[in-house]
Amino acid sequence: MTRNTMIDGWYPVSLASQLDAHGRRTALMGEPIAVRRGEDGNAQVTGGNGRDLPACIRYGHVWSSLGDPQKPLFAIPEADQPGRRLVEVGVVRVRCSPLRAVENFLDIAHFPFVHTDILGAEPHTEVQNYKVDIREDEDEVWATQVKFYQPQAAKSAEGGITTEYMYRVPAPTCSVLYKTCPPRPAEWDVITLFVQPLAEDLCDVWPWMALFDDETPMTDLIHFQQTIFVQDRSILENQIPRLLPLDPGMEIPTRADLTSVAYRRWLKRHGYTYGAQLVAQ
Amino acid sequence: MKLYDYALSPSCYKVRLMAALIGVTLDIRPVDFHPGCEHRGPELMALNPAGSIPILEDGDLVLTESSAMLVYLAAKAAPQWLGNDTAGRTARVQQWLSFSHRLTASLGAARLHEMLLRPGNIAALREQGIAALRELEAGLVEQHIRGQRFLASDRPTIADVACFPYVALAPDGGVSLDPYPAIRLWSRAVRSLEGFIEMPGIHRLHELTPAPVLKVGEA
Ligand SMILES: N[C@@H](CCC(=O)N[C@@H](CS)C(=O)NCC(=O)O)C(=O)O
Ligand SMILES: [Fe+2]
Repeated sequence: MTRNTMIDGWYPVSLASQLDAHGRRTALMGEPIAVRRGEDGNAQVTGGNGRDLPACIRYGHVWSSLGDPQKPLFAIPEADQPGRRLVEVGVVRVRCSPLRAVENFLDIAHFPFVHTDILGAEPHTEVQNYKVDIREDEDEVWATQVKFYQPQAAKSAEGGITTEYMYRVPAPTCSVLYKTCPPRPAEWDVITLFVQPLAEDLCDVWPWMALFDDETPMTDLIHFQQTIFVQDRSILENQIPRLLPLDPGMEIPTRADLTSVAYRRWLKRHGYTYGAQLVAQ
Repeated sequence: MKLYDYALSPSCYKVRLMAALIGVTLDIRPVDFHPGCEHRGPELMALNPAGSIPILEDGDLVLTESSAMLVYLAAKAAPQWLGNDTAGRTARVQQWLSFSHRLTASLGAARLHEMLLRPGNIAALREQGIAALRELEAGLVEQHIRGQRFLASDRPTIADVACFPYVALAPDGGVSLDPYPAIRLWSRAVRSLEGFIEMPGIHRLHELTPAPVLKVGEA
């Protein structure tokens, strides 16, 4: 078996705000780890054999790695913009491949069926043409000009609007979504899915958001996103095969999942295969 | 009437569902149950020392048990949902209301363990959940033999609303509903009630796709 190239990546392992000196026990890709707050206030992460693991606190979460990260954690410049509400949605465990959790997040075609009357509604099921590319400089997958009719695009949205999205995959188990911001048309709301791979078919998902919305109470923002994510959860737990197939022969691309095709191609190119099913060639 | 509510809580959903089915409007006060643990904070602990939600407030009445809330809503707005027309039916409804706490303690705890990382002995919780599902399945089969589609009657009562949410969400805790045909039929009957509302993990009934038409010579 080849070396798991995902070993050197950064993964979320805790909410930063809930980390105390006692800490929590969790896992990364099968290895038990312990996360706690050290006396200096920084996060400390220890691997299964007691070795210190890299750690940083960013975007409301503690991030760590089992290997030797070659790059700092990806940037989300909007996260530092003044005036945004930072929403810690909290962990949800899903019995699915971490890659499948991201792939589902990238798929807008499921909105009318899974998030009925919130993020989509029949008969508005059509996904209009949009652009997908693998940006070589940043080494990220991007989908832009994604437009979709939504009955209630955000907690701050009054009634249905056509929403524009951009999707970005900056790391194999993380996606950042930019979405029309009803109260501030010139800005994008940022909605992320940070996925902690526990095993190839088990993950802890930590959604996080940076929104322009001064009106909606924080708890309502949390519940809106949890509602949407838990609607996905039951779908994710029933996907077959459980691992994400990376052989292009196994899928019939439609316009809606061009992003998924690019994501799989990008994973394959990098050997990001933890949670993937590679079909013999 | 104010409901201290959490969108992902099946117990809170019982109250929202009951209210929707009988056309009562609730004033929803969202509680940051996860990740904030607000139900264990001073404000809510003062209201409910058990540290649980839902909590229903109406004037100086404060209820902290969902079964009592169902009784209250039904008694106020739709007494036929109490199912108290005969001694037998009254008792049967009470039996299922009490039974519903076993669903919370087994299937509900399994779901919290699997979904929100709550501590618990998952194997034991699933085993208790399965025992409760088997009992419910047997009860529903007996009802069918009596010609009744719901738990205590041929029409829905608060007993159905009390038992439906944790049963429908059993798969969230890793407990399959595949072995229980009577439960699945009952779930369809509940979901087809006028005024039914969903919660995450419990889907509305979609229209059945039209039956395939075979042309002569095919097959
Ligand atoms: N989430 C994006 C796209 C994919 C996705 O994540 N959908 C769910 C999870 S599948 C979500 O989080 N939606 C948040 C939102 O749109 O407000 C979306 O719905 O706009
Ligand atoms: Fe979704």
